[in-house]
This record gives sequence, C-alpha cells and structure tokens, in this order.
Amino acid sequence: MNAPKKKLKVATTSLAGCFGCHMSFLDIDERLFTLLEHIEFDRSPLTDIKTCSPDCDIGLIEGGLCNAENVHVLREFRKNCKILIAMGACAINGGLPAQRNHLPLTTILEEVYHTSPGLKNGMIPNDPELPLPLNQVHPIHEVVKIDYFMPGCPPSADAIWKVLTDLLAGKEPELGHGLMHYD
Amino acid sequence: MSHTFTLDGKVVPFVDGQTIIQAASAAGVFIPHLCYHPEFKPHGSCKLCTVKVNGRHTASCTMRAAPGMVVESETEEINAERRALTQMLFVEGNHFCPSCEKSGNCQLQATAYHLGMMSAHYDHFFPNRPVDASHPEVLLDFNRCILCSLCVRASRDVDGKNVFGLSGRGIKTHLIVNAKSGQLADTDFTLADKAAQVCPVGVILKKRQGFAVPIGERKYDKAPISETAETTEGH
Repeated sequence: MNAPKKKLKVATTSLAGCFGCHMSFLDIDERLFTLLEHIEFDRSPLTDIKTCSPDCDIGLIEGGLCNAENVHVLREFRKNCKILIAMGACAINGGLPAQRNHLPLTTILEEVYHTSPGLKNGMIPNDPELPLPLNQVHPIHEVVKIDYFMPGCPPSADAIWKVLTDLLAGKEPELGHGLMHYD
Repeated sequence: MSHTFTLDGKVVPFVDGQTIIQAASAAGVFIPHLCYHPEFKPHGSCKLCTVKVNGRHTASCTMRAAPGMVVESETEEINAERRALTQMLFVEGNHFCPSCEKSGNCQLQATAYHLGMMSAHYDHFFPNRPVDASHPEVLLDFNRCILCSLCVRASRDVDGKNVFGLSGRGIKTHLIVNAKSGQLADTDFTLADKAAQVCPVGVILKKRQGFAVPIGERKYDKAPISETAETTEGH
C-alpha cells in the first residue's frame, strides 16, 4: 500500500488588509474539502498558529505594509515559504490604505487623535507594544521577492481556486478574462 | 489604391495614407494602444502600439502602411515591452482600481488585462496630485492621468476651446487646465464637449453618476478589449 501523499503546507496572513481576501478564500466553499485533501494550513488566521513552520510550501499574503510588524511578518513568510503569493489589491499596490500616502503621517495622526470632533486633547498612542507606522504604505513586492500575484479587491473565489489548483497541478498559474480583475 | 501587408502572418489590406493601426483596425485586428484614437491626429506618445516592422520597432499609429511590410504585433517579446510600459504608467500615477468609478470601463486597466499584467512590478511613486472638483458637473482626478493628451486634442481640434494642456517636461509632465486660476470651473468646459467623452482612464468623470452600471457588468467585464467594437469603430 502506498504511503499517503505528503500534503503541501500553506500559510496565510493579512498585513494592512481588511481580511476580504481571506473571506474570498472561504468563498471557495465546499471546494475547501477537496483542497484539504492536498494541503494543510500552517500559520494562518484559520489555525491561529502564530509563526510559520520553516518548511511551508505556499505563503498567501493579503494586505500591504503599513507598519514595522507587517514588514517583520512578510520577511518571516519569505524566509519560510518556498512560493510567496501576493493576494489582492492591497498586497499588490497598497490598495485603500495607500491612499493616505500623499499625506504626511504626522498630519494623519494629529487629525485622527487630536483634532477630530470629540477627540480634543486625545493622545497619540505610543505604547511600546504598538508597531511603528511607516511613513507610506507599500506593496509587498517592494520589500521581498514575490513569486505570483493574484489581483482583485478581493480576487474572486474562482480566481483563488484557479491559482491554487494550477500550482497543485505543477502548472504556472494563469487567470484569463473574467478571473483577472483589479477591482 | 489598395495594397497589402502582413500582420502576424495575416494579410491586411490598406489604402494609401493609412497608418498600420488604421489598416489593422479596419481589418478587425487589435493592436494595444492608449493615446491613439481613430478620430484624432496621432500623438505617438504612449508607445503601446509599438510593432516590429521589417524587424524594427515603430509606433503603428504614426507609421504609414506600405506594400509588403512584414509587421509583428502579438509576440511575447513585444507584449513584454508593452507590459513594462503599462506597469510604468501604473506606478507613475495613483491607480487604485477598486475605488475608481471608471473601473471596468477603463482602457488602461483593460489593456493591462490584455497584456497579462499581474502587478506593477516597479516601485510606486505615489505622487501627490490634488483633484479639481471645482466644476459643477465634472470631477478631474489627476491621479489617474496617463498623459495621452486625448482631452487636449479633443478640446483643441473639436471643441475649439483649448481647455487642457500638457505642461512640464519628462517625469514632471502633467495635465493642466487653461484658466488663470488653473481650475476647471473657470473655463467654458461643459459636459457636452468632446473632451469630456474621450478620457481612456478615470480623470474626467461626470459628477453624480457613481456606479450607474455596477462593477462586473461594465464594458470590459463583458469582453476583453481585443474583442470590443472600439477596435474597428472608434471609441
């Protein structure tokens, strides 16, 4: 009797994202069961494992980089995953969070914590546990090498399914018309 | 007089004076383009329509067709160059498709789909380009401008108004409005102008029209840009 085929380890995370891409991932619905015959989840919000195993096969990254912790997690993924996939608009071009990029960070913090109505004399949070914000939000390919990109806000469940099943079949992932969307 | 040339091996007829892209469009063959528009004088600036003619690169919107030309367009080599140009356009501006009303109807986005652009590849500039919301009917969002000059040509050549212009050089080139204040409200621009209709991206937007057609049901959601009527009938 053949030994059961080794499952691929998949890690996922949301950096400066809204978890919409993860929601879209869940939208592959009952195909998750088929997927789970071939993969197991490592670090992911689905497992609540906090750090990547050193032998992950695929890392799915949602969201861009808006603070120091995002950069740390991204580097951890790059170190531990053979294939890294940027999932969704924020990971690819910064998305909605990057629309703050033309404003100085100090102005934003003051607006949010000092000058907004109802926040008079508010304090800008400075607990050492809080990750330092970056001056600008960056797409993840500007910091580490990314192997594949899955555009969309979010990419559709079918697009996610297509990319993962292409990879599982040993093919270059390809999204044709209808699956490739930036919106 | 009628002649022919070959485009990716296909025989394409043309008449004297036609450019390669005009003859290709008439024959129903799509050549990616952004600053070219069949109703206006070619600008030759975006270089997306670059093809190889007898082994040499040239813009197909400015090159007149000649008998016996051997033209290559849909090759991996040329499309890789087009993709790099498109990626540069994406990083030089602020193109956030999910929050753009033009998404799905945008020629830049649809061209990027055609070229299989999965990411912008380069580092983003994230330039600061304030919008002009001064006009009662029209919003100008310069973040999406790709400097195709279609609005400039339409306003000058069709509307006779010269509302728009390109100013500056190189990376500092930008779209300006021809008014002392620089504001669109201080021009005689109207929604009925040809210039209001030609923007291939989401710079010139009619106000209070948000999401009249839902995302997913828009022009290039239904069919890729290579199969839409504009390749043969104009925009």
